Amino acid sequence: MSLGLEHYLVLSAALFSIGLYGALTKRSAVVILMSIELMLNATNIALVAFSRYIVPVLLTGQVFTIFSIVVAAAEATVGLAIIMAIYRSRETIDTTKIDLMKW
Amino acid sequence: METVIPNELVWLIFLLPLLSFAVISLILRPFFSNKPRLSGYISISAIFGSFILSIWALTSILSAPSHELAIPDFNWLVIDSAITIHLGLIMDSLTAVMLIVVTLVSLMIQMYSQGYMQGDPSYHRYYAYMSLFTASMLGLVMVDNLLIMFVFWELVGLCSYLLIGFWFHRPAAANAAKKAFIVTRIGDFGFLAAILLLLSKTGTLDIAQLHSLAIAGTLAGTVLTLAAIGIFLGAVGKSAQFPLHVWLPDAMEGPTPVSALIHAATMVAAGVFLVARMFPLFEHSEVALLTVAIIGGLTAIFAATMGLVMTDIKRVLAYSTISQLGYMMLGLGVGGIAIGIFHLFNHAFFKALLFLGAGSVSHATGTFDMRQMGGLRKVMPWTYATFLIASLSIAGIWPLAGFWSKDEILLSSINNQPILFYLAMVTVFMTAFYMFRVVFLTFGGQYRGDNSGSHSARPHESPSVMIMPMVVLAVLAVGSGWLNVTGGFSQFLGGGETRGFFEGLFHGFTHTLPGLPIPLAWISLILAGLGILLAYAIYSARWLSAERITRLFAPLHMLFSRKYWFDELYEHIIARIVLLKGLFAGLKFFDSRGIDGAVNGIARTTVATGRVIRKAQTGQLQLYGMFIILGVVAIILAMYLSG
Amino acid sequence: MGLEIAFWVLAVVAIAAALAVVTLRNVFRAALSLILCFLAVAGIFVTLSADFLAAVQILIYVGAIAVLIILAIMLTREVERGSLSNKLVVPVLISAILFFGVATFAMLNTSWPVVSLPPAEPTTALLASKLFGEDGFILTVEIAAILLLATIIGAITIVREK
Repeated sequence: MSLGLEHYLVLSAALFSIGLYGALTKRSAVVILMSIELMLNATNIALVAFSRYIVPVLLTGQVFTIFSIVVAAAEATVGLAIIMAIYRSRETIDTTKIDLMKW
Repeated sequence: METVIPNELVWLIFLLPLLSFAVISLILRPFFSNKPRLSGYISISAIFGSFILSIWALTSILSAPSHELAIPDFNWLVIDSAITIHLGLIMDSLTAVMLIVVTLVSLMIQMYSQGYMQGDPSYHRYYAYMSLFTASMLGLVMVDNLLIMFVFWELVGLCSYLLIGFWFHRPAAANAAKKAFIVTRIGDFGFLAAILLLLSKTGTLDIAQLHSLAIAGTLAGTVLTLAAIGIFLGAVGKSAQFPLHVWLPDAMEGPTPVSALIHAATMVAAGVFLVARMFPLFEHSEVALLTVAIIGGLTAIFAATMGLVMTDIKRVLAYSTISQLGYMMLGLGVGGIAIGIFHLFNHAFFKALLFLGAGSVSHATGTFDMRQMGGLRKVMPWTYATFLIASLSIAGIWPLAGFWSKDEILLSSINNQPILFYLAMVTVFMTAFYMFRVVFLTFGGQYRGDNSGSHSARPHESPSVMIMPMVVLAVLAVGSGWLNVTGGFSQFLGGGETRGFFEGLFHGFTHTLPGLPIPLAWISLILAGLGILLAYAIYSARWLSAERITRLFAPLHMLFSRKYWFDELYEHIIARIVLLKGLFAGLKFFDSRGIDGAVNGIARTTVATGRVIRKAQTGQLQLYGMFIILGVVAIILAMYLSG
Repeated sequence: MGLEIAFWVLAVVAIAAALAVVTLRNVFRAALSLILCFLAVAGIFVTLSADFLAAVQILIYVGAIAVLIILAIMLTREVERGSLSNKLVVPVLISAILFFGVATFAMLNTSWPVVSLPPAEPTTALLASKLFGEDGFILTVEIAAILLLATIIGAITIVREK
């Protein structure tokens, strides 16, 4: 069985689900951020795979991935800045304790 | 200035003060609050620009073939192709005259205000309001559409409210502002009703189109009469005509230059202007025209009687303004646009001057109570001279401005409404009397004020920045009437005959009218002279004792000085009993049980539901995330299961 | 054949590293696993003939983001507390598996319009003309620049001492 688009897609789905699990269960905001990076990587794999197998010459998927990486970098920067700000004011980044907005 | 004014510059006439308002309130007030003079300079330069442009517009209109410039419109509002509201300007002779009056008087008064308002902590706010008012007033006289005009109409009302209540920390000022706003609102209701009536019956609010409809007879009968009466009701409110006159005397709580600009020269004249602007509608409805004449004539004498007894100098002037506005309405009702507007034109100058004089006097003495004044002739020669000129002008002494327009009104009323003519003649006498009562009480005799007062050790002449505008206005109070000696002014506004200058100068004295023993001008001059003489006899020479006369006519004096109990009537009978006890109580019951019940019921249900549902909001973002994922799974499954 | 072996090795490494990220108690080790996962994904990109993206992946994810994350771990003393889980472990696990299931099902049951052309290589010059050339994505590139600038300013503003 030669390598096809589906292989990459399933790998992407697996990585995404793992990241999803981490993002929804971890209490440390830093680990949540790491999990989100995993999910973004998973989508990047899917994008590049689509680019490779569906538009191999146009490279549109790869261009899209570049922008995705840019946004991911921005997200990581701001996310970590927020984490630092929260840590400074509340001495914790445990998300179960940061729930002032609830009823 | 041979060239015709470009259209863009016409728009600029009212955009300049608006710009000044924006600059003052958005830039100067927040960032340059320590440099108050700046806002004065900006406001004055803006209005000066408008004045120059207005003169240009006037010359252009004078040389235009039909005394009218065509300015292209914008489509402002299109409703389903049935109703189209244009945003456009009307530039005819009436607009040109009003533009000159508003910009010139506003310019003079804003210059004067630099002295009067000096040191006031709200100097910026004052000039911002003044600019906004001037812009709105210019917009009001220029627009060609009733709906847009109504917007400006309300805007000048708003500015009037803001400026009457300028010293809002004084309860009297705050109350007067509210009173002015509410009372004029009653009139505005009529105006709005007329606008809606016209819109529903004709489908247009364009003034020129309405004119042609009325002239062609398409718009006629009851609809026309009702619309005209509604418009007139708006004018009654704004111009403080009987029975909505009660707000104007109280409006004197505002700064004096404001009284001069808004409550003497321009805004209150807007009612007269409105009637003039819509005159073709009135012309084709005898009832409406008669109403205008009767209300005007009645107001003229009615307000004059109250002016006889007031002790506050500004209140005398306020009643005088009401009375003169009544004259203008009478002039419109019996004579036509040219006559009413001519009086408006002259009145703007001499009445603004009178107010500025009163302001100058109070600047010196710290009071408006004439019983605290006296003898100011020696210390304030300039104020005295200009005030005297304005008084002679308003009393109608030949050849000052007031004489010409007043005589034209009398002349046309004798031809049309003899009863109103006799009322107007009595008013001539009263006007002369009350004005010279002010002159003698304020400037004659000895100073009766308190010299040890904290305001100033002694009364003193006002600074030249206040005197200069007064001198300019005094020149106009003398000369503005001569514009129509040859009939040129009337011609410009459409109508009247022309004659040579010198022939015109003495015309009234040589032509005897049927039914009168001697020429009309002599009669009015004699009556005015008698009024002045009586004032002299009582208040200066003291041949007659004021107290004695007061006792002799005690009931009348009571009636006048309590202002015919109109305030009490409105406040106690109408406001307290009819509205509060009757209408409002019923409404309150409905409101608290019906509407509040429904509203509270809905609110209670919402709160109860919320109390249950909010348990789901744990504040744990990750739980929400899990539900999002489950939702995605559910959607994908649903997609596949439904095929 | 070599490509397939590479893919399988890289896929196993990536998934293992990803699992380590979400299961390890030591946050610092989790971060190191994340770097490993990023490297594996870079390898996956190479198998997809995306050479430029593989380089970018290493530069940005491994070089910048991972460093940032480790910095944050150090500054917030998360190593002492360890990576704890909340009460949602079981329901989230079920949800994640469900999601993986339906996603895989959907992917395998869609007929993708696959083109059997050889991939364009090397991609760097092609990508450059895509991004900066005519009819390209130059506007998007400029918007991305503005986004990054806003991010820098925003991050500085948020962490600045009052």
